[in-house]
Amino acid sequence: MQERDTGAEEQGTGIIKKFMFVNRKAPYGTIYALEGLEVVLISAAFEQDVSLAFIDDGVYQLVKGQQTSAIDVKNFSPAYRALEGYDIEKLYVERESMHERGLTQENLLVPVEVLSGREMADLMAAQDVVISF
Amino acid sequence: MKLGILVNEGPYTHQASDTAYHFTRAALEKGHEIYRVFFYHDGVNNSTKFTEPPQDDRHIVNRWSKLAAEHGIDLVVCVAAALRRGVKDEALASGFRISGLGQLVEAGIQGDRLVVFGD
Repeated sequence: MQERDTGAEEQGTGIIKKFMFVNRKAPYGTIYALEGLEVVLISAAFEQDVSLAFIDDGVYQLVKGQQTSAIDVKNFSPAYRALEGYDIEKLYVERESMHERGLTQENLLVPVEVLSGREMADLMAAQDVVISF
Repeated sequence: MKLGILVNEGPYTHQASDTAYHFTRAALEKGHEIYRVFFYHDGVNNSTKFTEPPQDDRHIVNRWSKLAAEHGIDLVVCVAAALRRGVKDEALASGFRISGLGQLVEAGIQGDRLVVFGD
């Protein structure tokens, strides 16, 4: 993932908000997952309280062993492993979405916390900013 | 209330930009402040001055430009998403500017609410 200009002159606002990025789409087929991840990485520069939620097909973004050469699209899944280096460590996966797709935590490429739909809803309600892709 | 608006879909194909526009106008009429409208993903295509819909259709781009002129709203187009789609400074309609994704995060921090319009 390339470093990009954040476009903000002043990043030290002193305000810390709870940001949640909700990933709902499969990693390939549309650009939402890739461009969503770009926002997540930029947000790290603002020292906010960032968390990521993976629901519906968004769970597929975290699946191990992605191979994209046949569709000539970059495999960006290693970037999820790099999130820890950006101090983004709160990753939540909805249990129902994971199970409906025949997946378990062993299939995922990063450590996550698995939550029920109800728990996820409560967590979302506690956020200041929710951005869904 | 101070609001940030995020538009994630392009014009005409998807209703997101229309709904975002009507929401923004309604919020202004109710006396709210629009801190920024940020265009991301295909939403960057809402900013190009080369857009020419048929005469009897709404002009989504000009509508945003007019709203910006009347109310001094900051219309920001994501640079990374724009370059990917061939949208550059010379293609921008009036009232739009290209800047970084940090402007979106900043809208989340500075606004009381960030309202997302997309698929």
